[in-house]
Amino acid sequence: MHRTEELYGQFRTLEQQKDSASLGMWIFLVTEVMFFGGIMLAYAINRHTYFHAFAMGSNTLDLKLGGINTVVLLASSFTMAMAVWSSQVGKKPLISVFLTLTIILGFVFFGVKYIEYAQKFHHRLVPGRNFDITYCVNNPSNCEDVKPEELAVERKEIAEAQAADPDLNSHAQLYYSAYFGMTGLHALHMVIGAGLLLWLLRQSFAGRFTPQWNTPVDIVGLYWHFVDIVWIYLFPLLYLIDRHK
Amino acid sequence: MSEQVHTEHIVQPRTYLAIILTLLTLTGLTVYAAYINLGKFNIVVALAIATLKATLVVLFFMHAKYTQRRTQLVIIAGIFWLAILLFMTLSDYVSRIDYRGVRSPISRVTSRGTCPFS
Repeated sequence: MHRTEELYGQFRTLEQQKDSASLGMWIFLVTEVMFFGGIMLAYAINRHTYFHAFAMGSNTLDLKLGGINTVVLLASSFTMAMAVWSSQVGKKPLISVFLTLTIILGFVFFGVKYIEYAQKFHHRLVPGRNFDITYCVNNPSNCEDVKPEELAVERKEIAEAQAADPDLNSHAQLYYSAYFGMTGLHALHMVIGAGLLLWLLRQSFAGRFTPQWNTPVDIVGLYWHFVDIVWIYLFPLLYLIDRHK
Repeated sequence: MSEQVHTEHIVQPRTYLAIILTLLTLTGLTVYAAYINLGKFNIVVALAIATLKATLVVLFFMHAKYTQRRTQLVIIAGIFWLAILLFMTLSDYVSRIDYRGVRSPISRVTSRGTCPFS
């Protein structure tokens, strides 16, 4: 393809080239909105139908870990935005610094998510034949990370939820299917994002990004912020269904 | 043609800082609101705060406020399409009654069986 330095042959100006890239990325992100929208819709229908089970499931999540991850992800969006700014004003070393910070925060997110998922496996809260929403209440010795007073509250909540919904255990599995499905797909997007950030970092070390040409930083930035937006919705939908009891 | 005029709008770090602080405050607010019993309005408040946060991210972090009109149209069309997906499907689920008089499949589970619109 004909190319003059950073300008590819089919474009007249660098600005037009960048606008086209940005438009293309937004069209991709719109398809992602529809992709996550379908899952959110399935969640909404099940949450309305089995509200007691969804509320119960939500209250067994660790709000502290979820809150930490929300803060971590928002902070990573900020560092990503700063990486884009650094490339726009031509502060080459700062691009690498902010990209590195974004990657580190992404991995902190994975670490916290790993702790959360492992906890759910220990508490028998993974959908399947061993799923048991009452496991921690009935086996407190196996759930030492849950405080006794929290377990007492949980016992009361489970009793109330079972009175309202006799088939609580299978409906709570629906909640946990939604939880693992939604957070799992979100985490998959984060893994892809982390890969893209590492790819950017390599080019940044080589000094590829200038105020005239920083399209990859900008485009990956759009993707990273989109993944952040998905989490902005997942956090209240999964962790905060019925906390006010 | 060879001279490139750069007209890109650069969002300044102080704007990013203001946005991230607002986002963190709103995160605290949404957790705080979840602990207050607002009945049916808990979810409304949670989604309103989430939408406000998402709007701030789209407008400033993603530069949608300063991008071309064409791209803004794509974003709005995307949100509109999502609204069709959610609104049309949910209104169908909530309002459907079949020929035997059986209520919608979205009716709620209660101890007395299923009870729609509760």
